[in-house]
Amino acid sequence: MSETWIILGATSSMARALARALAERGDGVILAGRDMPELEALAADCRLRGASLAEPAAFDARDPACFAPLVDRARAAPGTLNAAMFVGSMPDQSDIDADPALVDGTVTDSFTGPARFLHMLAPVLEDRGRGTIVGVGSVAGDRGRVGNYVYGAAKAGFATYLSGLRNRLTRAGGHVVTVKPGFVDTSMTWGIEGMFLVAPPEKIAAAILKAVRKRRNVIYTPFFWRWIMLIIRTIPEPVFKKMSI
Amino acid sequence: MRWKATEYAGWGRALTATGEMARPERHSALAALMAEEPAPAIGMRRSYGDACLNGGGRVVDMTRLDKFLGFDAETGILHVEAGLTLGEIVRVMGPRGWLPAVLPGTGFATVGGAIGNDVHGKNHHNAGSFTQHVAALTLLGPDGTAKRVTPENERDLFRATAGGLGQTGIIASAELQLRRAKSDLVTVTERRAANFEDFTALLDASEATFSVGWIDATSRGATLGRGLLEEAETGAGLVPARKPSMRVPMDAPGFALSTPIVRGFNTVYYRRIPRRGRSVVKPLDDFFFPLDRIYDWNRLYGKRGFHQFQCVVPLDAAGVLRLMLERISGSGLASPLAVLKRTGPGRAGHLSFPIEGYTLAVDLRARPEAEALIARLEDMTADAGGRIYFAKDALCRPNRIPQMYPELDAWRAVAEQADPEGRMFTDIVRRLNLREER
Repeated sequence: MSETWIILGATSSMARALARALAERGDGVILAGRDMPELEALAADCRLRGASLAEPAAFDARDPACFAPLVDRARAAPGTLNAAMFVGSMPDQSDIDADPALVDGTVTDSFTGPARFLHMLAPVLEDRGRGTIVGVGSVAGDRGRVGNYVYGAAKAGFATYLSGLRNRLTRAGGHVVTVKPGFVDTSMTWGIEGMFLVAPPEKIAAAILKAVRKRRNVIYTPFFWRWIMLIIRTIPEPVFKKMSI
Repeated sequence: MRWKATEYAGWGRALTATGEMARPERHSALAALMAEEPAPAIGMRRSYGDACLNGGGRVVDMTRLDKFLGFDAETGILHVEAGLTLGEIVRVMGPRGWLPAVLPGTGFATVGGAIGNDVHGKNHHNAGSFTQHVAALTLLGPDGTAKRVTPENERDLFRATAGGLGQTGIIASAELQLRRAKSDLVTVTERRAANFEDFTALLDASEATFSVGWIDATSRGATLGRGLLEEAETGAGLVPARKPSMRVPMDAPGFALSTPIVRGFNTVYYRRIPRRGRSVVKPLDDFFFPLDRIYDWNRLYGKRGFHQFQCVVPLDAAGVLRLMLERISGSGLASPLAVLKRTGPGRAGHLSFPIEGYTLAVDLRARPEAEALIARLEDMTADAGGRIYFAKDALCRPNRIPQMYPELDAWRAVAEQADPEGRMFTDIVRRLNLREER
């Protein structure tokens, strides 16, 4: 039985890699995002690579009016229904410092928008008694740092939400995988100073599929970020507050 | 668009550039970039010299714009974004019985690069060049306008874009005329050519769809120009599994390609094929992209990199090729990688490389003696009415180009019209004075 995946933020680098991997194994993909011509192109790409279904769909984390039609489409999808959340935005911290109003948008894009959507979608998975939700957090959410703490806070909030949702869906036969990527070679990180151990998006997509198959709860990807973040989380706050990493 | 300051090189690694690079991941980002801050496109940087470099300037990395956009199974027209690689097209479309009509020696080349260099393949003598099988392309001009260019509606612009080294704008997407092919495997007949005369006679007589010759560029005297001719047809059947790919862990030391080692290797490689020849069945990739299995084989030439000299000379100038081989084998500088092929007249643009004749390609580790040898070979090429290949060149001097490329002026006029402010200049254009100086 094939699966249908609803992918939010589908034009992002990691989402595109995941959509292609799913297409090549014959799954269906509903590709949601804001750039409709790009989503249509990606849908064509997925169809040619073997997707059993590939459709673009409008989704804007800041426009809750578009959530319900998308949930309806998901409800009608054939096979096992899964969802992957790649939405998020990461303005430069300095831009946010100059214009605190940007906090709202960052939190909406990375946390409250996808959380509200998932809250509407969760009953569909509960009804079906199966299905997996993949939520993409970030290692930036594991500890607030001076250079990126608004984005980090939003991702931390989303990670906590996913933890609760996992607790809920498990009772109904569903599952939630929290993915915390380290530095990934995407348009978001392109040209930013201080990147190291940068992974290609295809590697993240493969790790996500493996985590779904094995019903993992929280993964760091590439794997060594678990250890890097363990160290970073262990640094005592009196020391950490004086560091700039 | 965020720009990344970086140092980068072409495949030969002998020339490098330092500059800013953007890497748009969606068409709208590319279109906005071209409207606001146009720069020339680069792909997988499989051209060897400086065709993919813009030192001190900016370039647009196209490799994330790599989607299949549509396929019409009635006509065989495949619409793809220009950053898609040819190997990926083979991987996805091959099992459905469709292949690009022309494939160069590496599957890592992008569609945009294949058009910008109007590449050719092992079937050039009967299929022509890559862009001859392009039905249309979407060109983003440095003024930000998008145009669908076909050989019919914009004849001059199409011709100036085919092999035009990116000077007419950025190719965003292309519609490729694929060919039906029973494409599970390739049947290859390999036979020895005892010397240069034997080799050209075999090439002239070959009626195979695909043919290419490996030439021992170290062999001298009676066996000068000996080598192996591979002739092939695609077909259906059970495919032997392709071996896993490898990486080169480090830059090789200089002695790895010293004369005695190369000479010994070549002799073994030559004798590997029995005297009476043999036929073998290979996976498609192994025949079309033989070196792609070693992901970064350019590191075998050490950190100073290497040059590939490639020329084509008219049929009646085979004697000049023989003289070139004498010089090359006499110099002791050649690497095992040397190719001799017969080309047909097919070409799509003013600056397309192929003319009917023979093409010779030899890799040489970058060092002063090699550069002197290549300069001499370039003179011999020009005097014989031949030309060098921009996709490979890193060393040629500008005064030789008008003689090699008689359509240069016609091309320049179209390029200047398409890019009047010179925003698409690259290092090769400056080095060879291909366009009006600014």
